[in-house]
Amino acid sequence: MMARIELQQLQHSYLARPKSAADYALKEVNHTFDDGGAYALLGPSGCGKTTLLSIISGLVTPSEGKILFNGEDVTERSTEQRNIAQVFQFPVIYDTMTVAQNLAFPLRNRRLPEDEINRRVAEILEMIGLTDRADRRARRLTADQKQKISLGRGLVRSDVNAILFDEPLTVIDPHMKWQLRSQLKQLHRRFGYTMVYVTHDQTEALTFADTVVVMYEGQIVQIGTPSQLFEKPRHTFVGYFIGSPGMNVLPVELDGRTARLGGSAVELPGSIEVGQGSTIELGIRPEYLRLGREGLPTRITKIEDIGRRKIVHAELEGHEVAVIVPEHEEIPADPRLSFDQRGINLYADSWRLELEP
Amino acid sequence: MTDDASRSTVIRADATTSAPTVATRTSRLRRAGRNGPRTSWLVPTLYIIFLMLPIYWLVNMSFKTNVEITSSFTLWPRTFTLRNYAVIFTDPSWYNGYINSIIYVVLNTVISVAVALPAAYAFSRYRFLGDKHLFFWLLTNRMAPPAVFVLPFFQLYSAFGLIDTHIAVALAHCLFNVPLAVWILEGFMSGVPKEIDETAYIDGYSFPRFFVRIFVPLIASGIGVAAFFCFMFSWVELLIARTLTTTDAKPISAIMTRTVSASGLDWGVLAAAGVLTIIPGALVIYFVRNYIAKGFALGRV
Amino acid sequence: MDRTWNNKAWFLVLPVLLLVAFSAIIPLMTVVNYSVQDTFGNNVFFWVGVEWFEELLHSPRFWQALLRNLIFSAIILAIQIPLGVFIALNMPRRGWGVSVCLVLMALPLLIPWNVVGTIWQVFGRVDIGLLGYTLARLGINYNYVQDPLAAWVTVIVMDIWHWTSLVVLLCYAGLVSIPDAYFQAAKIDGASRWSVFRYIQLPKMNRVLLIAVLLRFMDSFMIYTEPFVVTGGGPGNETTFLSIDLVKMAIGQFDVGPAAAMSLVYFLIVLLVCWVFYTVMTNYGEESGR
Repeated sequence: MMARIELQQLQHSYLARPKSAADYALKEVNHTFDDGGAYALLGPSGCGKTTLLSIISGLVTPSEGKILFNGEDVTERSTEQRNIAQVFQFPVIYDTMTVAQNLAFPLRNRRLPEDEINRRVAEILEMIGLTDRADRRARRLTADQKQKISLGRGLVRSDVNAILFDEPLTVIDPHMKWQLRSQLKQLHRRFGYTMVYVTHDQTEALTFADTVVVMYEGQIVQIGTPSQLFEKPRHTFVGYFIGSPGMNVLPVELDGRTARLGGSAVELPGSIEVGQGSTIELGIRPEYLRLGREGLPTRITKIEDIGRRKIVHAELEGHEVAVIVPEHEEIPADPRLSFDQRGINLYADSWRLELEP
Repeated sequence: MTDDASRSTVIRADATTSAPTVATRTSRLRRAGRNGPRTSWLVPTLYIIFLMLPIYWLVNMSFKTNVEITSSFTLWPRTFTLRNYAVIFTDPSWYNGYINSIIYVVLNTVISVAVALPAAYAFSRYRFLGDKHLFFWLLTNRMAPPAVFVLPFFQLYSAFGLIDTHIAVALAHCLFNVPLAVWILEGFMSGVPKEIDETAYIDGYSFPRFFVRIFVPLIASGIGVAAFFCFMFSWVELLIARTLTTTDAKPISAIMTRTVSASGLDWGVLAAAGVLTIIPGALVIYFVRNYIAKGFALGRV
Repeated sequence: MDRTWNNKAWFLVLPVLLLVAFSAIIPLMTVVNYSVQDTFGNNVFFWVGVEWFEELLHSPRFWQALLRNLIFSAIILAIQIPLGVFIALNMPRRGWGVSVCLVLMALPLLIPWNVVGTIWQVFGRVDIGLLGYTLARLGINYNYVQDPLAAWVTVIVMDIWHWTSLVVLLCYAGLVSIPDAYFQAAKIDGASRWSVFRYIQLPKMNRVLLIAVLLRFMDSFMIYTEPFVVTGGGPGNETTFLSIDLVKMAIGQFDVGPAAAMSLVYFLIVLLVCWVFYTVMTNYGEESGR
């Protein structure tokens, strides 16, 4: 029922005659969304994630490249022919119709027999939990109910290839967000839809998706599970963007298995040869830094208590670093900073290096 | 999968610099093919042609001699002449008409917007005794047929000795322009968050200083739109303007009607005068063109 | 927006109130005053009660003018509203075409009304006008000075030329304020062009359409200058609308009493019809959802 979606060498510019790489909203993208997977496209605004989503749904034709659904080229096909469903940033409902009429609308447009329509609408009403409001005017409902109607209009078609979400929780109240998200997750488990979810909120992305695609300045910088993004960010941007607070990134010089940071030295879990001229940085998440009586001398500038743990801001060789300390751990009077080897990542020109042990 | 797929996404500098021109061309062809030829430009084009034809005919006539106008039927001036315009620009009774019109229109626009600003602020920010009734009553004045007011206006302004002055016409036009200005400005002001007012008061601004220094700049485009509409309705009105003036403040449009009945046949000058009345309007539209759509969208019923 | 209760706001409204009192209330009082009195000149007035109103309501001249006015307004609304919506739907949304369309379409709105009349008077003349000449050449007997039908058609076409742009601009403003997501969702739902119009564009244009209908009704019901210039109310009284009749009576014949009575009745009719439109359309809006 659902489809595998392949993107081949996609590029897109909104300009008629793009001149430089900066004119591209989307630089070269190759990726496959597997059938039945739950994906999140994560990135800051303007990173090209909405453009990518619009290309999948057919609202935007890419400047270059191909889109395949189950191996079939659909680049030329219209949105309607692609059979996808999309939920937008704010609820799109047909004001003048009732809830049931809203759900029946896509089927009526496709001229299905009336009893078939009624059966499917009843089914979807049940699925999104709006059966008791079927005959209400859709515009009188709350934002989250409206958003469920937009979703229902997609689900009601039995032949949808994928369901796309464009920051669907933007206008939903915080306490409803969590509920709606877990309902989506449930739908995904029960019916195995291929879902692509665009968001700039890392919590939404990490809790919803099995695979997160992180985008930055028009390119995909990393694709992976939430834990891969956390442990091994492929790009310093992923390190900054995911995690709270983000990864500490320090400029260093390499010397075999040692990284030099000003007058201090940090031992590395492995070594690598790097050519001249590239900028080397060491990335370590606040969770992998320890404050204690051993290690490099440091100076604490600020302590934030956020409940179960504390975020300590400290200065190391003139660079600010964040350290996460469990709530009840003592912070010594003359603190020193040590690096957990498992959490050290090295970057050359912002891209991650594989170290050889 | 992760590593393979993502590694190939690393941007290749050569690919992005050489591919674009070809790529965009094919995408545009593709789009045209999918939607079929677009014909929607046809409707506005036909409509604009319908609008422009009579205006063209007037412009056409204004450059013809009277002989050509009456004796032959020509689609463009065969003997091109500027005489008709020369007549208007050399005869004070003609060009004074333009000056009169512009004086009272500008006066009216200034008065209307100036009194409407505080009132619109009151309606958008406060509730007070009878506010809704007052607002509706103001709007009913926009519904009053000018013909109803012709006679009483004449008598009222006679009593004050204001007949044949610019200010009389300017005040009379306030009848329909003030309600309109209040309506438009209220719409724009309601779009400005109330927190801005409160912040300013906390910062120690007095009301007049806040209003002039902070609030007015915020709704500048609204004031522009309101002024445009006041200008427009005052400029196009004839009945009241003609009734309240005799010679000294007579508007150009009234002078035109007089000339038709008196000499009757000087078509060329009539056309030239008509063309000259279109120009101020055209200039004003050109300057506010980016606000027109916005201006029409605002205002509440 | 929740507004605070503050009766001092009256001071802000005061200038408007004084101005409108001077330009509306005092004149209106004069009209009421005249409508119940008669005079033999010399500024001597005496009370006649509702006599002028009775006379007016029994005068066929008034009823005929009123009927003409109503028919005229009905025709104008029936043509201009759908036409305006249709043109607005086909307007370009972006690019240089937008400015060109807006500027050119708004142009007739800023031409003084008697010049509009003059333009059409000239345009329709059989001897020197493009329209009249062309029609005559095609063998159509068109003469708005003598033929009532031709006079009506001329006045109506003139009004369409003059005012349809107002409807277009209002609708256009309503249309561009609809977020793109609605059209994208409709595409995904496989909606036809008609469905998009019926279920998205029309409901979203509800408010501007109400304004358009009210404005067009008011102005077409008050029409004076344009037909006065073109036809002078003729041939006969065929295009004598209420305003033309009223001005004839008040300024031409100086029948102050009857004119005043007619003014009041006229004003009340406008208010009444506007109120009906407003109520019906907002109720419909509530029903169908705005």
